[in-house]
Amino acid sequence: MSVSASPPLPAAAAPPPGRTRRGLRNGSLFLPAAVLLAAFFLAPLAVMVVRAFTDPQTGLQNFSWFFGDAVQVDVLIRTFRTALIVTVVCALLAYPYAYLMTVVGPLGLAVLTLLVLVPFWTSLMVRTFAWVILLQDTGVVNDVLGFFGLGPVQLIRTTTGVVIGMSQILLPFMVMPLYAVMRGIDRRLLQASSGLGAKPLTTFVKVWLPLSLPGLAAGALMVFISSLGFYVTPALLGSPDTALVSQQIFTQVNGLLEWGRGGAMGVIVLVMTLVLLAVSAGALRLLGGQRPEGRA
Amino acid sequence: MPADLQSGGASITLRGLTKHYGDAVAVAGIDLEARPGEFLTFLGPSGSGKTTTLNMIAGFIDVTAGELLIDGQAVHSLPPHKRDIGMVFQQYALFPHMTVAENVAYPLKQRKVEKGERGRLVTAALAAVGLDGYDARRPSELSGGQQQRVALARAIVYSPQVLLMDEPLGALDRKLRDTLQLEIKRIHAELGTTFVYVTHDQEEALALSDRIAVFNAGRIEQVGTAEELYDAPETVFCAQFLGESTLLQGTARPDGGATLVEGPGVRVHAGRGHHSAGAAAVVVRPERITLVPATDDAPAGNAVRGRVTEDVYLGNGRKLQIELPDGSAGTVRETAAARSACRSGDEVWLTFSADDAVVLPDDGASAPTAPVAAGAAA
Ligand SMILES: Nc1ncnc2c1ncn2[C@@H]1O[C@H](COP(=O)(O)OP(=O)(O)OP(=O)(O)O)[C@@H](O)[C@H]1O
Ligand SMILES: [Mg+2]
Repeated sequence: MSVSASPPLPAAAAPPPGRTRRGLRNGSLFLPAAVLLAAFFLAPLAVMVVRAFTDPQTGLQNFSWFFGDAVQVDVLIRTFRTALIVTVVCALLAYPYAYLMTVVGPLGLAVLTLLVLVPFWTSLMVRTFAWVILLQDTGVVNDVLGFFGLGPVQLIRTTTGVVIGMSQILLPFMVMPLYAVMRGIDRRLLQASSGLGAKPLTTFVKVWLPLSLPGLAAGALMVFISSLGFYVTPALLGSPDTALVSQQIFTQVNGLLEWGRGGAMGVIVLVMTLVLLAVSAGALRLLGGQRPEGRA
Repeated sequence: MPADLQSGGASITLRGLTKHYGDAVAVAGIDLEARPGEFLTFLGPSGSGKTTTLNMIAGFIDVTAGELLIDGQAVHSLPPHKRDIGMVFQQYALFPHMTVAENVAYPLKQRKVEKGERGRLVTAALAAVGLDGYDARRPSELSGGQQQRVALARAIVYSPQVLLMDEPLGALDRKLRDTLQLEIKRIHAELGTTFVYVTHDQEEALALSDRIAVFNAGRIEQVGTAEELYDAPETVFCAQFLGESTLLQGTARPDGGATLVEGPGVRVHAGRGHHSAGAAAVVVRPERITLVPATDDAPAGNAVRGRVTEDVYLGNGRKLQIELPDGSAGTVRETAAARSACRSGDEVWLTFSADDAVVLPDDGASAPTAPVAAGAAA
């Protein structure tokens, strides 16, 4: 999704020993990050995988439990469906928003960026509780609907409520990559298209949309994958009937101390996510050759 | 093959065409007519309004005031996609997500040209720019020159009546420019389309154009063939911008059939030009001046005293820089056959016929080249 070309290499004049030393230093700089990653990310991941297959005894019993339990499979399907809906909602909201960011002046851009980022900097808990207050049966949203003679509509404790909350929280992850890619699109291509006889709508569909697709793909992937692991928001805005996988894992691990089952569920989500990543990467490559032209 | 791509060129008429950006005036009322099938070039320094004018013709920029007609029809209110105009940009503006063939087919698809015909025209256009067999490449897999050829093919494939080009060769190196110039000229001759071409390279303008419009500060100084502009400049700006010239400043008054211009160290008769009173500048082209070694007596006819500050041997002749009485610099070119003995440092007379001297109003806009030797001014 990165638009920039690789930085130019330093002039050939640099003596080889200097370059080697710099290379070494760069390598050693990476070490703390590698240690951190290994200790706090890879190790727990390994423990999770191992436990999924060995807790309480070695075998596939945790997986057969999961796929044998209709409720669990339901939750898994609901999780992916919710993630998909959240991704679509975010895309529909973020696409025009990001486009607007590319056409307004510097002041407008600052305001629009701030509008995206301020919620992003606010605690997830705070924002989720804000949604609880807004969406509850006697909340602001229902008051407004009531004023227009609509509702009351049940929003909290429904999948709709969960989707609303998650979409708002994940929106920046869609807006930012979209904006980054759109900003890099050469405006002269739009002029060229129009000069060659294309109506504005054709120019959008044939030129703007395909060129902004990498941003859309990057944002969609980020939103979708983040959605799969969401816990706090669905837990507070949803109900047991709308539970997602992470809530089930919490129940297994924290409530029932079934570490093996929790691990298995983690593994299942991880594998499905990786498969999805591979498929979308392949699809993007098929669309390939769409790199924005290097500017002179 | 190019028969498919031929078009009857349209005329373009600009009447008082004006563009303001807030208080800034980018184009200050231009009157101009491009004849059908003509190769017209906009030549001028950076910021003189060439691109702005071209973009108004294309419809990318709104017109502040004035009229814009294509083949006699007002087009101000038409959006770009409804004007039958081809456009080639300096930065190619090829669609990076389409192949070469898709890029060239793009304008045909907009015009609902049926598929078989489309393929035939794309092939013809790519052949016309010397790119047969490149159909399946992406723009990123082409060199700059090849990309510009694709852009050219894309602009001619639908036989627009008018083709606008904004410094299409600006991003290419000298050698490639020369090659592509020849091709553009050939394509123009074959198609019959009206070309409007923007450049700030005077050699390019001279090589390509039927006529040249010289832009300066949002106005057109003069429109004419290369010969007219070189031999009969109408403003000091034109004389200085196009080709080299020696400029002698003074006050003009009629004297017999000619105009006498007198200034510090200058007393010359000019046989051409339409200005015979007030502040004036006499323009003489460098190959029209003959150098005579300085003697106490001035030679008969037009003679101006000067000192050679630089002489450069060019193989087929010499180019000399002369410091004039008022401290400004003049330029003289000598052919190998007519070389004088004057060298750097010599005091000389610059002599020329009154018929080779053009008198122009000195609007004060002229910026005489700075004296070569600092502190040498008398
Ligand atoms: N969008 C704009 N807003 C304000 N001023 C502009 C704008 N576009 C152009 N101008 C001004 O209008 C004038 C003419 O610009 P234009 O681009 O037509 O020049 P040009 O002759 O094409 O120059 P160049 O050879 O450098 O391309 C310039 O002074 C420029 O600063
Ligand atoms: Mg320009």
